[in-house]
Amino acid sequence: MDGMHDLGGKQGFGRINYRPEPHDETWEPLVRALSALAVKKKIYNMDEYRHAIERMAPVHYLSAPYYERVLTAAATLCVEKGIVTAEELAALVDGTFPLSKPIGPGRPNAPAQKFLIGETVRVKNEFVSGHVRMPGYIRGKQGVVVAESPPYPFPDAAAHNMQVTEEPTYDVRFRSLELWPDSADESFIHVGVFQSYLEKTG
Amino acid sequence: MTGSHATQSQPAPAAQRAAALETALTARGILPPGFVDEFNDHAEEQWVTRNGAQVVARAWTDSAFRERLLKNGKSAVAELGFGMPEHHRHLVVLENTPDIHNLIVCTLCSCTAYTIIGAAPDWYKDLEYRARVVRESRTALKEMGLDLPASTEIRVWDTTADTRYMVLPVQPPATYGWSPEKLADIVTQESMIGTSRLDDVNTPVKG
Repeated sequence: MDGMHDLGGKQGFGRINYRPEPHDETWEPLVRALSALAVKKKIYNMDEYRHAIERMAPVHYLSAPYYERVLTAAATLCVEKGIVTAEELAALVDGTFPLSKPIGPGRPNAPAQKFLIGETVRVKNEFVSGHVRMPGYIRGKQGVVVAESPPYPFPDAAAHNMQVTEEPTYDVRFRSLELWPDSADESFIHVGVFQSYLEKTG
Repeated sequence: MTGSHATQSQPAPAAQRAAALETALTARGILPPGFVDEFNDHAEEQWVTRNGAQVVARAWTDSAFRERLLKNGKSAVAELGFGMPEHHRHLVVLENTPDIHNLIVCTLCSCTAYTIIGAAPDWYKDLEYRARVVRESRTALKEMGLDLPASTEIRVWDTTADTRYMVLPVQPPATYGWSPEKLADIVTQESMIGTSRLDDVNTPVKG
């Protein structure tokens, strides 16, 4: 999903607020606990949770503090899973209770392939409407495999209530100047890329 | 009609919305009494930066442990009694050297190995850090006070799956021979994320 959340490489942001003042938002620990409870009770999984944040209305996503995004995802999924109703939540507050919008669908894994450490690979030039863990800045780009992970649930399916097959990810090393030619500080960027997102370069 | 519902159409304060969800989940019998306080007490007491600091101090003082840590982070930290949640299935430990600097980010959200290095600080979850450190790594680090020499290779790690990362900082030479307990005292969360180093590498001011 090409949404606001896919921030890597976006320009126009100012300095990082590296030494922020402590703040006391007492509702933030409450939200953290409610979301942890919902995951523990299997009301939703981590992929559904992440995607529910991503499908917040764009202006809401960018303007909401971190824990307001957690709250919105938790409430949205509790409504979508039939645990509570949007009307019930709205009746409990003075004002509206904005929820995330439905976006999808999901998709199954691609046929299994094997990549080797040191092999040059390409990220498929695919445009996924639903949840995907491929940041836009590596789409269609080439890099080198530096490590293989254990199998993980495929997020593009797991976020959409589909049957989930696990597959490994590959830590792929990209050169920043190949991702953003003439427009980046020189570095190596590593991304944990699901097997289904990759193809051979040969 | 127009205008009279202006305040009604505004989002309710987040605190009210959080309380509404709490009320609704309690009414359904889903939220057990005491869960919120118990969860947060556990998070604040157990998932602390000191865990990672102890891991680093052990790696500095025990070369066999260091090897196991670099090979399989999750089982090595388990030796010290530190667990990781189900969706953190793998821990990769990234070794800094005098010439290589590793840096962790989650451009898509906020993932960290929070049970090991402690909960992600606000700046790590902010839009600015997520957008900039992959593309403007050296500039962003410099703004945060880490002015790396031009010869230092920067390796950024974007946390996009169930793998979690932590940086193994370079031990400051002045601390050789210290006890693991004393060493753990100098290891910061920033040094395990990679926005600072414990050895002094900042480019000297020319002039």
